[in-house]
Amino acid sequence: MKITEQEVRYVAGLANLNLSDAEVARFQGDLDQILEHMDKLNELDTGNAAPMSQVLYEAADTATLRPDAPVLPLGNQAALANAPDSGTGYYKVPLVIER
Amino acid sequence: MRPHAGVGRLKPAPPSNMEIASLTIDGIREGLLARRFRAEELATEALRFAEAENPKTNAYLHFSPERALGAARRVDEKIARGEDPGALAGVPVAVKDVIVTRGIRTTCASKLLENYIPPYDATAITLIEEAGGLIIGKTNCDEFAMGSSTENSAFGPVRNPVSLDRVPGGSSGGSAAAVAQGTAVVSLGSDTGGSIRQPASFCGVSGVTPTYGRVSRYGLTAFASSLDHIGPFARSVKDAARVLGVIAGRDPRDSTSAEAPVPDYTKALDGNVKGLKLGLPREYLKDMTSESGSLISRGVEVLRQLGCEVREISLPHTDYAIASYYIIATAEASSNLARYDGVRYTSRSADSATLADMYRNTRGEGFGNECKRRIMLGTYVLSAGYYDAYYLKAQKVRGLIARDFRQAFEEVDAVVAPVSPFPAFRLGEKVDDPLAMYLSDIFTITGSLAGIPCMSVPCGRTAEGLPVGMQILTRHFGETTMFKIADAFERAGGVN
Repeated sequence: MKITEQEVRYVAGLANLNLSDAEVARFQGDLDQILEHMDKLNELDTGNAAPMSQVLYEAADTATLRPDAPVLPLGNQAALANAPDSGTGYYKVPLVIER
Repeated sequence: MRPHAGVGRLKPAPPSNMEIASLTIDGIREGLLARRFRAEELATEALRFAEAENPKTNAYLHFSPERALGAARRVDEKIARGEDPGALAGVPVAVKDVIVTRGIRTTCASKLLENYIPPYDATAITLIEEAGGLIIGKTNCDEFAMGSSTENSAFGPVRNPVSLDRVPGGSSGGSAAAVAQGTAVVSLGSDTGGSIRQPASFCGVSGVTPTYGRVSRYGLTAFASSLDHIGPFARSVKDAARVLGVIAGRDPRDSTSAEAPVPDYTKALDGNVKGLKLGLPREYLKDMTSESGSLISRGVEVLRQLGCEVREISLPHTDYAIASYYIIATAEASSNLARYDGVRYTSRSADSATLADMYRNTRGEGFGNECKRRIMLGTYVLSAGYYDAYYLKAQKVRGLIARDFRQAFEEVDAVVAPVSPFPAFRLGEKVDDPLAMYLSDIFTITGSLAGIPCMSVPCGRTAEGLPVGMQILTRHFGETTMFKIADAFERAGGVN
């Protein structure tokens, strides 16, 4: 077995994801099957191969830099417009420090 | 729905249903400039038609009449003043609901963003409207673009207009269905591992995934940032090429967008592909015995008769693509989706006593199954102790897959391949087997990992009448060659 129910609960905690017991059981099965398939990569000796983290092509070193010019930001009101709870120009959230 | 059909038949009355469904970009332009109809009339009729047709397929999540009519009036004013109305003047465009539109709800087909009204436009949207295009509505898709069937939408699945009990493919199923159904002339989708090409093939339209960085991702809701693309759907190769010409280019707001000049892709569409070298990957051939496979073989034969030289090539790391992709894509997704936390844009779970509970409850209640599965997988492969074994290993394999293509393009001008191992399947048929669904992405994922341009062009229909798409892949920024081959194939009548 690649992953236990206990590990599924641990990962769900890392991901801030509340899962029901039924979901934990289902994802344990799903992830186990998928991770089993991913073990296929171990057949391959990747030795010195360089990891590819981004698509790169021929371009000047500074090609991705934009001019350092000031632009207007979104603005407080627009940024808060979709918040479920806000007030006096801030996002409001439940209690942060647990006692 | 003949490609390149003009609108010469149109009387001064605005275009009606069937005419909307067969309009082309050039046809609309001619009609507008000859004053046969006004853009506002066309927009009104296109919206009416799209809204009337939508219950059949659920392709659209919502419509944007004010926005479309406003853009149409600006086109009409330009024409009245004798100015050029733009390359997409009066063209009804449907947009996948993962691309943000200022003032128009953008849900990503997720309950979490059910009421999200973006405060800005994606760059692709700005460019479409500057060129005179009309954004008529936002299309349904898999939640946060995660899926291959559009069954993962929080707002119900999309039905394939070709066969209503089948899926349109995914994740850009609504955008493909809208163009196939004729309610939009062109549409925008997004592609991370095949989400434009596979629905294009399932619905019998052209779908283009450009070179990574060719189109700005600014305003495209991030799924897997190193793999995400915006690209067009159209009923003809020429229309797809025109749309890409409008949306491509460097954008200071996306540092991964490329500086490379944008040619007029339609200039090279002369039907002449004599002497072009095409590669057929040996590793894909074993899956070409199916009905879809035999249609692709016939398609390759058509290209050979047009004068292309076809040879077998090897992409030796193909078998490792799925594992590599689903590690990288889910890892990036788990990070990108962390922002949906009930604070800034999403709905919020009620009655959580603490901030930590609020995060967990909001995300647990808000995300659908497939998103949760991928967040879990991505979090797992990035977690302490597993990073090297999964994520780093997958990135190394990604490098080898990209090298396979680089080596292939030393020998050939383009690679020709299937898009999907099978045509559109029935709704519900694969929904309970996530691994089987992932494995079906094999032919589209390799090109995504390499970041090269690839497209699906219609390549006949099965005995049951289901469309099949042929994939054409070229080197980075080789879109012109890709369009040239696809257009020549279309002009030759495909395999029919």
